[in-house]
Amino acid sequence: MSKVFDNAPPAGSLLAGIPHAAALGLHIVSIETGKVTCRVPFAAHLIGNPDTRVIHGGVITALLDNTCGIAVGSRTMLRGQIATLDLRIDYMKQATPDEDILAFAECFKVTRNIAFARGVAYQTDQGDPVATCAAAFMLGTRSTPGRQPSGTGGT
Amino acid sequence: MDILRRAIAEGRKPDLRELVEAIPYCRFLGVETDLKGNELTTILRFSDRLIGNPVLPALHGGVVGAFLEITAVIQLMLETESEELPKPVDIGIDYLRSGRPVDTYARATVTKHGRRVCNVRAEAWQEDHARPIAALHGHFLIKPIEPKTGQSDE
Repeated sequence: MSKVFDNAPPAGSLLAGIPHAAALGLHIVSIETGKVTCRVPFAAHLIGNPDTRVIHGGVITALLDNTCGIAVGSRTMLRGQIATLDLRIDYMKQATPDEDILAFAECFKVTRNIAFARGVAYQTDQGDPVATCAAAFMLGTRSTPGRQPSGTGGT
Repeated sequence: MDILRRAIAEGRKPDLRELVEAIPYCRFLGVETDLKGNELTTILRFSDRLIGNPVLPALHGGVVGAFLEITAVIQLMLETESEELPKPVDIGIDYLRSGRPVDTYARATVTKHGRRVCNVRAEAWQEDHARPIAALHGHFLIKPIEPKTGQSDE
């Protein structure tokens, strides 16, 4: 595996340092510079439709956001100093109940202020996605308490 | 969903509290609804497990996005007669400010009400409505029921 940023969570680990990721059971499956695969195990509390037992779209939003963020972090060596600017998700099909959801994300461009990533959420076959996303992240946002990160890009 | 079918059969709007309680993921996030007349505000009660950046601390971006999506869906439930929950087709979320570790509120508007697809906008804020933390726009697939004659008073 290529060198990943300091304190990078190793493959297989639960993202225990991020409370919401831990609450979702979000694990890193594999990681290399700029490319990450994560998994969220199926769980009853993540169901969005009690009739069909399909996972809520919000879980996929959180999974894609976090996976893209880790991909950006692994390429820019910034951790905790990036903020999502915008995230666009296309939902291709409903997730199959009782199966885990995986996400692969790639950070494909980094500029002085902004990083761009794209991702795909799937269950068994990456070529048959549940959802795809495109995201932009602001780099070098403040990471000290009490100082709000600026949400506007371009400076 | 049974709650929606019952509401339609009885010719009333669905009970939103019952609806939110029936969706496990809404309970997990801590989503509540506040309906005043026809104005719906959703509330995301803060809890530690919603944190995405423990240093700031800030809400997880996925949580804020999910909350806006839920708000859009509940608003659609109020405005359409449907037995099924609307399905998201695509959503775009603009993150405007970091979400602080406090309660968050949101409102949604149905911008375009099509026969099969609706366009919805939603906005989330915390202490100050004029300083939103995030905004969503999205398309949702709906499955309306055929209106029965003599049931609507419109």
